[in-house]
Amino acid sequence: MEKFDVIVVGGGPAGLSAAISAAKAGVRTCVIERGDYPGTKNVMGGVLYTRSTEAVVPEFWKEAPLERPIIEQRYGLISGDEILSMSYRDPAWDQPPYNAHTVLRVKFDRWLAQQAEKAGALIITETVVQDLLYEGDDVVGVRTGRAEGDLGAKVVILAEGVNNFIAQKAGLARPLKSENVAVAVKEVISLPTEKIEDRFCLEPGQGATIELFGESTQGMLGTAFIYTNKDSLSIGVGALIEPLIRAKWTPNDLLDALKAKPYVKRLLQGGEMKEYLAHMIPEGGYNAMPKLYRQGVMVVGDTAMFVNGLHREGSNLAMASGKIAGEVAAQAIKVGDVSEQTLNHYDDRVRDSFIIKDLHKYRKTGDFFEKNPHLFKIYPEIASKAMKMFFTADETPKKEMQKQILKMAMKKRTKRGLLSDMFGAWRAFK
Amino acid sequence: MKLDDKLYLVRFNTDKQSHIKILDQEACLQCEDMACTRICPAHVYHWDEEVKRISVGYEGCLECGTCRVGCPDNIEWDYPRGGFGVSWKNG
Repeated sequence: MEKFDVIVVGGGPAGLSAAISAAKAGVRTCVIERGDYPGTKNVMGGVLYTRSTEAVVPEFWKEAPLERPIIEQRYGLISGDEILSMSYRDPAWDQPPYNAHTVLRVKFDRWLAQQAEKAGALIITETVVQDLLYEGDDVVGVRTGRAEGDLGAKVVILAEGVNNFIAQKAGLARPLKSENVAVAVKEVISLPTEKIEDRFCLEPGQGATIELFGESTQGMLGTAFIYTNKDSLSIGVGALIEPLIRAKWTPNDLLDALKAKPYVKRLLQGGEMKEYLAHMIPEGGYNAMPKLYRQGVMVVGDTAMFVNGLHREGSNLAMASGKIAGEVAAQAIKVGDVSEQTLNHYDDRVRDSFIIKDLHKYRKTGDFFEKNPHLFKIYPEIASKAMKMFFTADETPKKEMQKQILKMAMKKRTKRGLLSDMFGAWRAFK
Repeated sequence: MKLDDKLYLVRFNTDKQSHIKILDQEACLQCEDMACTRICPAHVYHWDEEVKRISVGYEGCLECGTCRVGCPDNIEWDYPRGGFGVSWKNG
């Protein structure tokens, strides 16, 4: 049986970051990936965050296959054919030190895997890990789907993505629950560069993102997004599986309904669909996190539920957690102690970082939204109507108009309801 | 564009053996909701009225795993064997 110091299960941003940091620290590292090469099985909306990527590969923007640096982030509330939106733009975000880029994962992950190889890691492709190997209670490697496919390792890092097969078998994670996981579908739609830049008011090369709430998910808990790539747009929508099943929507119908909205339709007009993709997003947050370590094992990225849905952050939590796990693994191997006690250091470090601090801050939001499903339905309507009344010049005196706005809001939600929503939100987000 | 046409854009390296199993077809007969026929983004699960069973078009599976969460008791979904299944062009 071939033996490594560290085996990483899964070649996505979390796993490859773990492999890079472990290999750089001088331990024999291997990544096992089930696709033809890292990237071919991987999907996300498409935002890669600079700080967490830079920590893994310094000045990555000079070489990495990135789509566009994001200079504008727009949030929109959709209600019927209406949209209320708000955006922030800083043109300086198209220069180092940047904030975020759009990427297409097939290209980007392949490049990141090459960086792992440069750092000294071995990447085994087209191979599915089936279980951990044990000697007594100790994890000593992995069993793969190949003939004579056992591989030895002192530490196994589980970066298998949202489908946490191995983490479950290892007794670290529980089965995914439909109220904790979203299903998202996305299309990549090609559009000439100039059209993208005109439609989004961008200088050549710059990028923008739009997140859409409200009727973009038919009032269900979830979001839709439109991201600019070099010569394509990524458009997608995701909603929690439980409400989606209850409302009897299909993910594809949700996306088609979004694309038919006038605002969205105009942005996509004339584009040619290149690919239709699907992926799950772990949205369970702090309360749904698995146990993050045991003797010889650490759990990173989506497998660890490291997604901050409210800020649509995930790739950065993945990379930062992977990097920490790789470092902790290398350190443990150097001192010859991969016990649970030593790997507890990984848990300490992620808890001390933005990763778990942010998940902890928003730990009550999932429950809050679940218990108040009206929020994503009523408030976009109220907001849209209020803005329409505010902007309509029909000779109604403004004082009277303000009264009408309040009356309209109260009609959709009682004063008591409004106050309890506000108080609930404050408690969930504080 | 229809879902079938969208799926036509996806690249697959199809395995001869299925990676999806319905554990108990009898249970499907009792299932009123049949969430699997809606929740799968690729419409892999289809109620076949003629033979009164769920047919599984595993060849078109996008490997998201949603079915496994939507019907945890009766769908056994695993990854396809290494090198098989969906192979994204963009991601």
